[in-house]
Amino acid sequence: MLVRVTHWITVIAFFALLITGIEILISHPRFYWGETGNSGTRPLFSIPIPSSRGTVPSGYNYVLPDQNGWSRALHFEASWLLLFTGLAYGIAGLLTRHFRRNLFPPPADRNWRALRDVFTSYLRRAPPDPAQSCSYNVVQRTTYLLVVFVLFPLVFWTGLAMSLAFESAMPFAVILLGGRQSARTEHFFLSGLLVAFLVVHVAMIILAGFKNRTRAMITGRVAPTSERP
Amino acid sequence: MSDISRRKLITTGIAAAAGFAGLAAASGLARRYELIPPDSGGIYGPGETLDYAAHRLFTTHSLAREFPRSMISKEPFANETDPLGDAFKRHQATGFSGWSLSVDGMVARPASFSLADLKTFPIHNQITEVACEEGWSYIAEWIGTPLANVLNTVGVLPQARYLVYFSFQPHWWDSIDIADALHPQTFLTLGMNDSDLLVPFGGPLRLRVPRQLGYKSVKYITRITATDSLKHFGKGLGSEGPEFGYAWYGGI
Repeated sequence: MLVRVTHWITVIAFFALLITGIEILISHPRFYWGETGNSGTRPLFSIPIPSSRGTVPSGYNYVLPDQNGWSRALHFEASWLLLFTGLAYGIAGLLTRHFRRNLFPPPADRNWRALRDVFTSYLRRAPPDPAQSCSYNVVQRTTYLLVVFVLFPLVFWTGLAMSLAFESAMPFAVILLGGRQSARTEHFFLSGLLVAFLVVHVAMIILAGFKNRTRAMITGRVAPTSERP
Repeated sequence: MSDISRRKLITTGIAAAAGFAGLAAASGLARRYELIPPDSGGIYGPGETLDYAAHRLFTTHSLAREFPRSMISKEPFANETDPLGDAFKRHQATGFSGWSLSVDGMVARPASFSLADLKTFPIHNQITEVACEEGWSYIAEWIGTPLANVLNTVGVLPQARYLVYFSFQPHWWDSIDIADALHPQTFLTLGMNDSDLLVPFGGPLRLRVPRQLGYKSVKYITRITATDSLKHFGKGLGSEGPEFGYAWYGGI
């Protein structure tokens, strides 16, 4: 139940963060490496879109409307929501042994061969083992663990590293990432990885039966269809 | 719904009641310890309040990161400002000899300082980064006197909670809380990178608040007022920024 509630709150927070993140990006669609970078320095790379600021040499001769104010406010508010949700999920996951039972691969699967076997069965388009519709295979488990325990913490860290007051309290947290502008660039790529996860995640759900899977995630019940053994 | 047991209902009820009581207690404590920002209303209010409260709890005394001289940016970026009027250009023509900073409001001895007066205070320098809310940044050496020196001279009254500061440019003003006003790196800045502070960077006088975003470091400062409430300044949100959706607190 808590897994389902936190999942859907995360969906809301994630989309708010994604949309506002893109809006914030539009005000300066250039990325740098190191501590500093601005319109006067050479970017590491830039995104070929118009900007919401006239001072950015975007190559376009028009300026998009400025949406940065509310975008930043909603971005941070949504990250608080995500933080509290993540903490609730993390604590509950430990207490209910959700991580150990459902996410950590069983000992027999903790090797490269198990991972490879799953990919081969995907490539052969082998029909899934009936037991799989109620449990995750080793590739799914590894991916979820990476998203929950690596990507989300890193995206929080790189995001916080852009806060001047946070940097004053924990300068080493910014130095370790390679500087303020490096943190911003890393934040961008980590967000990209999360979006890639989202795309694959939704694609898998569509393949597994969108209606039934989504209903299961909302109500907690799997409909008694042919999917079940 | 028959599988919702009485025990489950009772536990959920207790958890919800505890949650509401906790929220009420937290907001009471936040008010008491002055952790509520002036723009705490509206749909983004909870987020702004959490940002400000968390930063006040964990970063009040921390120092902005200072960099070695070798990291000073070769291309500092002066953001655009509204066109400066004729009155400013007349000041510029006389080398800002007639420029003055008045300090008033909840202070024991209101006073006015020329740039020469300000240079009689102990002059310090800091090599800190300016980060804009858009995402870009640069590092420069800032030369000036900590605002706290001037505030000690005029004697800020104990009931003052905020400092409101005004630019020579009309409709450009902002405010910070007393903790940030007295912070040792909050500078009345007169110089930058071994020279006078140039006009595009806020010369002759800019208030540098290095632990907050660039927009809190207002350029062309002419007046500072100490107050216990921001209600009567603009729309009461602490600066013009929040009226356009920008956060009053710029530490994040």
